[in-house]
Amino acid sequence: MHEEFLMGNEAMALGALAAGVRVVAGYPGTPSTEVLDTIARRNPGNVYVEWSVNEKAGMEVAAGAAWSGARSLVTMKQVGLNVASDPLMSLAYLGVKAGMVVLVADDPGPISSQTEQDTRTFARYSKLPCFDPSSVADAYHMIQDAFELSERLNTPVLMRPTTRIDHGYEAIQVADPEQWKDCQPDGFQRDPSRWVIFPKLSRRNHELIEKRNLELRGQLSAYEGNQVVPAGDVCPTPRLGIATHGVSYTYVQDVLGRMLPADQRPRVLRVATPFPFPDQLAEGFLDGLDQVLCVEELDPVIERSLLELAGAKGIDVRVRGKLTGDAPTAGENTLEGVEAMLWAFLGLEAQCQEAASEGQGSGAGQKAEPAAPEPQLPVRPPVLCAGCPHRASFYAVKVAMKGRKTIYCGDIGCYTLGNAHPLDMCDTCLCMGAGINIAQGVYHVEPDTACFAFVGDSTFFASGITGVVNAYYNQANLTLVVLDNSTTAMTGHQPHPGTGRTAMGQQVKPVDITAVLRGIGLTEVRTVDPLDQEAAVRCVREVADQPGVKAIIFKSPCVVLTKPQAHSQVDRDRCIGCRRCISQLGCPGLYWKDGKAAIDQTQCTGCTLCEQVCPVGAISGGERL
Amino acid sequence: MTQQRDDGRRTTSVVLCGVGGQGTILASKLIATAAMDRHIPVKTAETIGMAQRGGSVFSHLRMGVGVATPQVARGTADLLLAFEPAEALRQLGYLAPDGVLVVSSRPVVPVSASTGGPAYDLDAIMGALRARVEPLRLHVVDGTLAMEQLGSTKVLNVVLLGVAARTGALGLTPDDMAQALRQRLPQRLWDLNLRALAWG
Repeated sequence: MHEEFLMGNEAMALGALAAGVRVVAGYPGTPSTEVLDTIARRNPGNVYVEWSVNEKAGMEVAAGAAWSGARSLVTMKQVGLNVASDPLMSLAYLGVKAGMVVLVADDPGPISSQTEQDTRTFARYSKLPCFDPSSVADAYHMIQDAFELSERLNTPVLMRPTTRIDHGYEAIQVADPEQWKDCQPDGFQRDPSRWVIFPKLSRRNHELIEKRNLELRGQLSAYEGNQVVPAGDVCPTPRLGIATHGVSYTYVQDVLGRMLPADQRPRVLRVATPFPFPDQLAEGFLDGLDQVLCVEELDPVIERSLLELAGAKGIDVRVRGKLTGDAPTAGENTLEGVEAMLWAFLGLEAQCQEAASEGQGSGAGQKAEPAAPEPQLPVRPPVLCAGCPHRASFYAVKVAMKGRKTIYCGDIGCYTLGNAHPLDMCDTCLCMGAGINIAQGVYHVEPDTACFAFVGDSTFFASGITGVVNAYYNQANLTLVVLDNSTTAMTGHQPHPGTGRTAMGQQVKPVDITAVLRGIGLTEVRTVDPLDQEAAVRCVREVADQPGVKAIIFKSPCVVLTKPQAHSQVDRDRCIGCRRCISQLGCPGLYWKDGKAAIDQTQCTGCTLCEQVCPVGAISGGERL
Repeated sequence: MTQQRDDGRRTTSVVLCGVGGQGTILASKLIATAAMDRHIPVKTAETIGMAQRGGSVFSHLRMGVGVATPQVARGTADLLLAFEPAEALRQLGYLAPDGVLVVSSRPVVPVSASTGGPAYDLDAIMGALRARVEPLRLHVVDGTLAMEQLGSTKVLNVVLLGVAARTGALGLTPDDMAQALRQRLPQRLWDLNLRALAWG
């Protein structure tokens, strides 16, 4: 064993390697991405790793590997599980041979996601066991427990960290590579009664799965991750208990540690396997309690389970939480929020107020004197980087279509940020790949609207292609704009089928987006460099009015992956202070200084877009590769 | 400077804040590396993802035995390490009444300030920081001058770490930080970063 300072995602990657994983697949998505990145980086050489085209493909690769006797892992974010839910729901009935872990990172907040869905709820829906770690160290150990449970029960098992676990760091003890398990796959054994799903088999396995899960409730009650922390000896609230999970458990620990001496703290239930719920342990927890406060993120999973348990066993206890208005129903928990909930539940508010008045009510870190008026703070919504080619692409379409009736359907990726002022070039965004058929739906209702669908290169491969086939075959009229920056930028530059390299580091023949579109049947497919604005605007004008589905590929590499050559400079004598560059482009490298435009040299990448937009040629000197 | 917990153990809480791309994550990793070298348990929480694209970012770091979560409670940070004045003010509520603020005076003006959003009033922001934090606990670093004199726009994070270490609020010494730099960074960057650590 040795100590390493690890991100939760890195810890789970090392845990999977220690458990002898042989096949790993996944699709990038915050906050899950670094798990697969780490496995690729720390690969001892006998692990097959791939960035799959999407989560469904990754799930199927992992299932095939597990059926062949290799321990497998598939990674994704919570919305990725929606894409992969078709194979997973059926896989739950068929099961696996070697251990298979489905790692799904949830994102309370949400911080970088479209939804606040809870994979613990999906665990119950799909009837699959689920682990819910509370810390980086937990995550490292639990993923290994998940592999063991999966292989023992021949079922895929869900591992569901949340953002604060994924992106939290901790110095933890991990196994040396020599200590990693060496699990040799014994290969696929033909057995249609096991691996071919049919109604009769599903009926039989459904019964077995329910029986297994009932038994698991008891077995998991003894799992060390599930625990009851007894109340202190002189706890003034012995009939009040707190039930919690995940990162919230550490908030409860922290808050109780600060507000009460150890011998006065109330009883706490920590649930690490939300499904199947550790009934026996929870029953012991409820014994002698009048009230329970459930401190949870996302869905009230523990709250509902405790209500069911109390109902089934006839236990007289009041269960409070999200369903009773005692806890926030949306957003992530915070230390402050948990503290307020605990104060209120334990009836300690009065003491709190006393303490505050003794402390003269001075704010944290502030002088006691009357405070100066709070200055207005600038707002910093996420924006496209300085020099981002997407800015040039959006601007070219905006200029070309000025005055026309248009709709700009966006998609998931950095380019969703095209919605920001002053570009305002994203009218809709739903989910991965949706923009193309959303545009199609608008077209069928408003045939006189020029419909545009913007899609990134990675998203195009993930789930855009079927959308193009649908729109093309069903005679829609729209312009597909592929923003091809040759990487999966938002999640940290993972390869995809258009890049010509794999997660294993191989150089391979890339899939050509133009050839794919021509293969579908599109006759108008143009490729243009968006940073050549004149050519880009001309291209949009020529293409947009043609009938049917046509495509423009704006091709220019992600600016994060290119080296700036020379920054642009403003000639202050020539600048007329019209603000056109700033107000049209919204580039973070541009700012207003003493009545003229100015360029932040630490941010400018020399993309030259502002030079091309300036009406008097006052900006020059930028150079790019 | 560190907090005494009710069970007698000492912990240190640090909040680092800035704008995506300024190097807060590396700074927090350097502190963690130095803590590990001293055999102090350490946990951090980072902003990673969409907010990195020019948004406000912050890291929470806690070290010491028995720390349950890296999240720092409001009003309990021993040190607020701010890479940018407006972000310092945004996160000031985390600072403990006796905590230390180390802040770079070089603003990063967001696009929104030039396109109709709230304006960036540097004087008002610095004034508010000075009004709220006593001079003894406030260390303003001239980030622009540091970048000029060091000939690099990339080492503001290490400059701030050096100042923070010298205040004592970090619970780690400049030597601890220098050793961490050598561990974390390739050798070709040692000279620049060691000069940055000693700057000011």
